[in-house]
This record gives sequence, C-alpha cells and structure tokens, in this order.
Amino acid sequence: MKAPPFAYRRVASVAAASALLREHGDGARLIAGGQTLLATLGMRLSEPSLLIDIRGIAEMQGIAVTGGHLRIGALARHVDVERSALVAQHLPLLSLAAPHVAHAAIRNRGTFGGSIAFADPAAEWPACAVAADAALVLSDGTTSRTVEAADFFLGLYQTDLRPDELITAVRFPLPGRHRRFAFTELARRHGDYATVGLALAGDWVEGRLHDPRIVYFGVGGTPVRAVAAEAALAGGRAEPETLERAVAELGGELSPSGDLYTSAATKLHLAGVLLRRGIQSLIPGEGQT
Amino acid sequence: MTDKILVNMTVNGMVCERWIEPRLHLGDFLREELGLKGTHLGCEHGVCGACTVVVDDEIVRSCLTLAVQADGAMVETIEGKSESGALRDLQDAFLERNALQCGFCTAGLLLTADALLQAEPEADRARIRDHISGNYCRCTGYHAVVDAIETVGRQRRSGGRGHRHE
Repeated sequence: MKAPPFAYRRVASVAAASALLREHGDGARLIAGGQTLLATLGMRLSEPSLLIDIRGIAEMQGIAVTGGHLRIGALARHVDVERSALVAQHLPLLSLAAPHVAHAAIRNRGTFGGSIAFADPAAEWPACAVAADAALVLSDGTTSRTVEAADFFLGLYQTDLRPDELITAVRFPLPGRHRRFAFTELARRHGDYATVGLALAGDWVEGRLHDPRIVYFGVGGTPVRAVAAEAALAGGRAEPETLERAVAELGGELSPSGDLYTSAATKLHLAGVLLRRGIQSLIPGEGQT
Repeated sequence: MTDKILVNMTVNGMVCERWIEPRLHLGDFLREELGLKGTHLGCEHGVCGACTVVVDDEIVRSCLTLAVQADGAMVETIEGKSESGALRDLQDAFLERNALQCGFCTAGLLLTADALLQAEPEADRARIRDHISGNYCRCTGYHAVVDAIETVGRQRRSGGRGHRHE
C-alpha cells in the first residue's frame, strides 16, 4: 500500500491552487486532510504527478456566523465541526452527524470541504448539506460562484466543480426557530461508511410538520431527496398511518444497489426503518437521536 | 522520480531533519527513517488504526498522513509516550486485564484510549466502544480492552493519573 511517486507543492491562495490545476490538468490533485486521497493513492486507484497542499489557504478556514448564514470554511476539519459551539447552536444537524464521520483519528485531519468535494455517496456531509439547504461557494481565485448543494452532486463522485475550481466554503442559511433536525445511520462498524443513512429537517409548528427535508445517503450515486415521502408528511401530524404512507413512497424514490453485505431490498427496508426512527427523533417529546 | 523535500519535525522531543520523497507516509517515516518500530502498519489505508500516532496533541492515522504534511509538527509515538510514563496506568491496566494477546494493535489502542480519557475521563463503556471503533483488535474481542480503559478512567478521575492504584 505505497503511493506512487508524485511531486508536492504547498499553496497559500485559491488563485495559486487554481493556476496549478490549470497548468497540470488531470495530473494534479488537491490535498487537504488527505484521509480519502491517501488511501486511494495507496491502492493506486490513480497516479497523480502532483499533489497541491491547500491547507495553508487562510480564506478557506474557520467557522463563523455572518450575514444570516453559518459559514464553514472548506478546510474546517470534521473535529472542528464536531466541537463547534456555533454549529451546535445554529445547525445541530451537523453536530448530530459529526460523530458518525469516520473515526476520531480521521476526524482530526479530514476536512468538511474535502468530503463534499469528493462526494462519496455514502458520506454524511453531502446529505447534511442538501438537507439543510446549504450553498457551496466555488472559486478559481478570480471569480467565485454559489451553487445550491441540491444542484452540486451530479452523479457517482461527480460534482458541478470545474477542473480549476475549489470549494472555499459552505454556507448554511440560519434555520428559523421552528426548524428541527434529526440524523440517523446504519453502519456495520461505528464510523464506517453508512449502509444507509438519513438526514432530516422540518418545521414543527403546533403539532404539524412543515417543509420537511428527507435526504438519504448510501442508496444511490448522490444524496437522494425523497420528495414523495416529504409530500406525504408535509402539513400532517406524522401519526403512524401518515408515516407508513411516507415509508411506502420510498420504494418509488430510492433505487439502492446491493453490495457485498447488504442487498438492494434490505437497503430499501432499512431506509424505511430509518425514516420511522428519524421522524420519531425529529418530533419534540419523542426522544433524541 | 520526484524531488526530495526537506522536512523538520520534533519526534518524541527530538528534532529531526530528513530529505524525503513526498509520497512517504508518516508511519514509514517513523519506522524506516527514524527506526521507531513501535508504530505498527496494518492495513495502510486508514481502516485498522494500528498505526495511530499523536501529531500536535491529536491522534492521527500515520498511514494517512504524508510525512511532508507533518513538517514542523510535534509528533509523539508509543516509544515517547512509554518513556515519559504518560501511559503507564493504561499499560498496566491492559496487562492486568489481558487486553492484548499478540500486541499488534496495542500501541494504536493505547494512544487512542489516552486521547479519549484526556478529554473525557468519565467516558462510559458505550462511549469507549464508539471511540475505539476505528481500532481493530483480532485477538481480544474488545471486552477486556474496554474493561481496561474504563478502569483507568475511574483511576484518573480519582486523581491516580499515571500511577497504579489498587
């Protein structure tokens, strides 16, 4: 498991990283925490000629609340998100999900933006970004643009990032006071990639669920929003019959692939189990995740 | 071939400087460049946790850390942590409770357990199991490992850090 040879450069600005990406094309890869990249290089899934270390880019650091948004710099590590009081206060969905992101030693190095840019279909952050209506700030150092998380994930490991762009930050709109979140996932070992996982959001007002987000991961090439299940629950009291109607809708919306351990049918069944659990913890007084 | 890069890091309190290939990971750097063979390489792709070391006071997978990315860092391995006595209580408890058999995973487990107990000496068994879930042990079945960590947590809470308490 030794990586193939590559050259290594550190950069201090988005523009410098972008320039190197333009110069080297497919031969260059960005590295921050490297928690996925270095494993794939060890397995020789790719052989880049240059790694561009972006950890020193100041503008991509930090977690802050500004202008009605929670801004998480792309270089914030998983552990920074996990321990952030701002995140816990404003976007508890991420605090609930963080302990499920790999293991402590990996959370100490892996980055929030790196996970989203890599877009593993079984990873937690992409689904959370979609469920919390996040927008991704993409930049080549000269021009930057904002893309909704829901539009960013295009297919298996495919995103809307251009070859010379970086995710510099992720912006979450601050939720209103009725917004509630839940997060739940099943994995064979705590911290491993999910077999099936679910990020949930919704307004709970006077005993009714409004504007729900039901976003699965591990069941397709991208995070999958279960729109029909959302519609079944929207405006209702999430009583058992409604919940079962929503679960029944999942069959038409999710088409998971089976893997070595779990068949497609089992994954679909587990998606229903998670929806029941997730809605239970979303609703006040029905327990915590 | 690619050009070698000069790195400078402090390992177990000793400053060391080496010209290395960028592809060298920290685990190989410690073992092959510095001869510190207490850091064990198991899977070398981040799954098993055997290669855990401490970089700037945080545990990391040395197989998933490029040595060039640890330039300027303070690195501690099982050798340094053993010599300083920082893990004495955990090492005693592992021995007493038979929390190791072949010992391949032990260095990684000790450093991982110590990181948890430093932050949360009150961690309960479920929390301990979550925290060590990234460290494979193929001998013990984990029960004895959790026993040992739980015991040391209790000792440290009562002020017995680093010493053996009956």
